[in-house]
Amino acid sequence: MSEIRLVAATGMLGSGFREETLRRAMTLDPDFIGVDAGTTDAGPHYLGCEDTHFSDSAYKRDLRLILRASRAAKIPAIIGSAITAGTDNQVRHLVRLARDIAREDKLSFKLGVVYSEQDRDYLKKRLRERRIRPLANPPPLDEAVIDRSTHIVGLAGAEPYMEALDKGAEVVISGRSSDTSIFAAMPLMRGFDPGLVWHAAKVMECGAASVVLRKYPDCMFAAIGKDSFTVEPPNPDYRCDPVSIASHNLYENGTPYELVEPSGVLNTYGARYEAVSDRAVRVSGGRFTPAERYTVKLEGAELAGYQSIIIGAVRDPIILRQFDSWLDGLVKAAKKRILAVFGAGIEEKYRFNVRVFGRNAAMGRLESDLSIGHEVGLVFQVTAQTQELAAALMKSVGHIAVHFPVPEYSGLITSIAYPYSPAELHRGACYRFNLNHVVEPDTPLEMFRLDYETV
Amino acid sequence: MARLWQVSKLIRSKNAGPFELTFDVIFKDRESYERVRDAGIINAEWFARTYQLTPEVVQIINYDAASAIKITIPRPTISGDVDDTDVFGGQQHGPLVDLEVP
Repeated sequence: MSEIRLVAATGMLGSGFREETLRRAMTLDPDFIGVDAGTTDAGPHYLGCEDTHFSDSAYKRDLRLILRASRAAKIPAIIGSAITAGTDNQVRHLVRLARDIAREDKLSFKLGVVYSEQDRDYLKKRLRERRIRPLANPPPLDEAVIDRSTHIVGLAGAEPYMEALDKGAEVVISGRSSDTSIFAAMPLMRGFDPGLVWHAAKVMECGAASVVLRKYPDCMFAAIGKDSFTVEPPNPDYRCDPVSIASHNLYENGTPYELVEPSGVLNTYGARYEAVSDRAVRVSGGRFTPAERYTVKLEGAELAGYQSIIIGAVRDPIILRQFDSWLDGLVKAAKKRILAVFGAGIEEKYRFNVRVFGRNAAMGRLESDLSIGHEVGLVFQVTAQTQELAAALMKSVGHIAVHFPVPEYSGLITSIAYPYSPAELHRGACYRFNLNHVVEPDTPLEMFRLDYETV
Repeated sequence: MARLWQVSKLIRSKNAGPFELTFDVIFKDRESYERVRDAGIINAEWFARTYQLTPEVVQIINYDAASAIKITIPRPTISGDVDDTDVFGGQQHGPLVDLEVP
């Protein structure tokens, strides 16, 4: 076979795509439809407690169109990193949605399911064997970190997808995997050059993100040949040019020249990007170097505590002219009040932070401009080991803060505008990403479990 | 002197995973890119000073294929942790926007 044709339904399952664009993409005779359903962008919450980034309605809308197209054309649909963090329960959740759709639309297919969640004893064993290595800027790792994680997933490479497809799966739903593996598996099985395959997969994994101006999420199309691959958006309103495709290597990547995968590294130092029309781009020259040791990246989350917050605004110029000393005094008074109410030892049981919107709320300690304008926003934040304690502490903070004085005024003032009653908002459990490490397994499949069913 | 935003088509920051932060400046044309690149205006010392960092942690990468300069640093806090200010890392590029460039 001289060419393989890929359709990416969108950059993230649930974010949407145009039904008409998928219809057009299917006329290009693709060999499979892939879609990534995961992200760490939105933070540790989704791995911590298995909530999903989008609603079931949004997932079902996208998945229904993908499954219908896949079954009508009799080509595989490959869905990775279900649905946000790729935990086992999130995979089961997406499988349930797929079953519902099959029943409602009278579809039938062989489903391959890949589970990516990691066994704690296995990870501890690999840690003792020194076969877990840190990546850039890693948090400390010991067995206690593994024990206190609520969930740990491994990012599957292309191999579990290849295994499922090899066993005849017509639809694959996987837990956490590298985004590119979803699109690399089938082209690698058919023997296409790994440099071209991984480079094309990197362009495809974000759907229409690599067009010149992405106005809304949509599908993407690529064809991988012997010496190059070509990318062309199936939406006639979109176009790619060599810079838009080359630029995509920058996105969410520490370097545009290298992409580290479980089985090796794609380097694009010698890549060429040429326009083949005013909307299609031919890419060649990416090189894939197989790794000496196969590695599987880990993602883990642990409970960081429970939070209550208060949002408020300050507008009085007299307060704002002495804002730092006023806020400093307020924080001290709030902590003193907490000590008086809850007794000695309480200071070890909570953290109190204040975010100042209008000064450095976006950049925190990276900010060099600490000037303020005619109004500032405040977010008081208490983090404690239980929600009850966080809520109780915040009630003390709220009252001290709202009446905290300045020397220029005599009499009781109300110094903060609270937009809500009650002022306190309870955020529930908060999580923390706690791993930036890779495992060296014996085989690419060792850390993943595959399951099959006829839907 | 022009400002960086006037010669760029995109200036952005974004997580590169939960532990790194990356900045992209994609220039409007090859000429502006080469002028700014060769003037060495965006360098590790300047970036470190502007972002309260040490120069050793700042990686600057020139990317000719897209006429872009990339800067990657360790994230000051892990994405979404108790002290984090920007979970997606998308609003950290402000100080780059009005940088004076040749």
